[in-house]
Amino acid sequence: MNAIQAKGISKSYRERKVLKEIDLEVEEGDIFAIIGPSGAGKTTLLRILCSLQPPDSGTVAILGRQISFKATEDLQLRRRMSFISQKPIAFRNSVRENVAYSLKVRGVEDRKEMVDNALQHVGLLDLADNLGMTLSGGELQRMAFARATVYNPEVLILDEFTAHLDPYNIKMLEDALISYQKENGATILTVTHNMFQAKRIARTTAVMLDGQIVEQNDTATIFNNPTDERTGQFVKGEMIF
Amino acid sequence: MESDLLNVTLLSIFVSGTATLLASLLAIPLGCFFGMRKFRGKEVIRTITYTLYGFPPVVAGLVLYILLSNSGPLGSLQLLFTPTAMILAQTLLVVPIVIGLTMSAVSTTSKDYTETAIILGADSWRTARTVIHEARVGIISAVMIGFGRALAEVGAVMLVGGNIQWHTRVLTTAIVLETREGNFGYGLALGAILLTIGMIFFYLMKRYQDKGMLT
Repeated sequence: MNAIQAKGISKSYRERKVLKEIDLEVEEGDIFAIIGPSGAGKTTLLRILCSLQPPDSGTVAILGRQISFKATEDLQLRRRMSFISQKPIAFRNSVRENVAYSLKVRGVEDRKEMVDNALQHVGLLDLADNLGMTLSGGELQRMAFARATVYNPEVLILDEFTAHLDPYNIKMLEDALISYQKENGATILTVTHNMFQAKRIARTTAVMLDGQIVEQNDTATIFNNPTDERTGQFVKGEMIF
Repeated sequence: MESDLLNVTLLSIFVSGTATLLASLLAIPLGCFFGMRKFRGKEVIRTITYTLYGFPPVVAGLVLYILLSNSGPLGSLQLLFTPTAMILAQTLLVVPIVIGLTMSAVSTTSKDYTETAIILGADSWRTARTVIHEARVGIISAVMIGFGRALAEVGAVMLVGGNIQWHTRVLTTAIVLETREGNFGYGLALGAILLTIGMIFFYLMKRYQDKGMLT
């Protein structure tokens, strides 16, 4: 079964067509990467999949249920998924309170153990009582990961979640992501322009160029034996924009 | 003389404090609503609100005077030349400031925090509460500036209050009177009291604001 299914997604900003009739299917339990250069439309696609903005045309189904792009109607579905942006923000309270927020909105009463486990998972338990706003970029991203996974979402969507981070934090987050997927069987969809990251973590990879998915296959095939000429150029770093 | 001074000072605090409270109760929810929602005419409301920042107090006082005078539509309430009329006048002047500044604080905070709350599973009510909570530093600033406007205001309270000794005389109207009578020293002393009240209020609010920034 597909955890994520998008059909004919198009989106324009004024005259500029950002997404052109995109079809996307992500199988349940997969770690799926979308790679492509900046400006290819990756973030816009993710925002549509997360119901943060509607497409001009096309449909999206998550876990078999169609997104209506109406906040109240999509609430129950949104509570089964999560999203981590490139630049997450911290609420003006402690790291622990930030992570507990996701549980609070779901009415979970016994939060302490779950929050501690999530923070332990990303190596932030020692900073639990610090203010979220005082964290470094890497720590903030790890806190965002804990906040997004503390309630065990079935679908986790990530937008360049390690961009601008140092190798230590990148490794820590990638390990946390892979172990989260193994433990929970969640479906992961990540967008990155870091091809090496896609190679390291993804089972399936799609290449997105100029608002279109030009090729999708298992990750090894995309990197070693691409069928589309543009994919070959992109993964070898030969594409000139 | 001393009891007169005390009476004038306490009335100033009462009138401006009550006006700020009333204005905040009305303007903070409106400012939050305008700041968070997208709707047609939002920019018109924003422009009107910002224009009213500079609403001349004496004009506000005149309008209220006409409304409250015996021949006016609200004349039967017999509020002219009472502290209640002064509170209404200052409320009129503070409302646009608190609406506008709250609207700005919430708009600035809104997009990022709204999206974060939504993706973490918050419903609409919880999302609104989160955005307001995160904008609280700006909202406190709005109240502080509103109180400053009310406390320093003279034209409107002079018109609708009448500067009646023991009844509607506040620090600003007393300063006008003392200046007219040539008691510049006493007028300056009243000014110092006015500034001190403002300073104490701003200090307390700043402490609360700093706490709001950190927790």
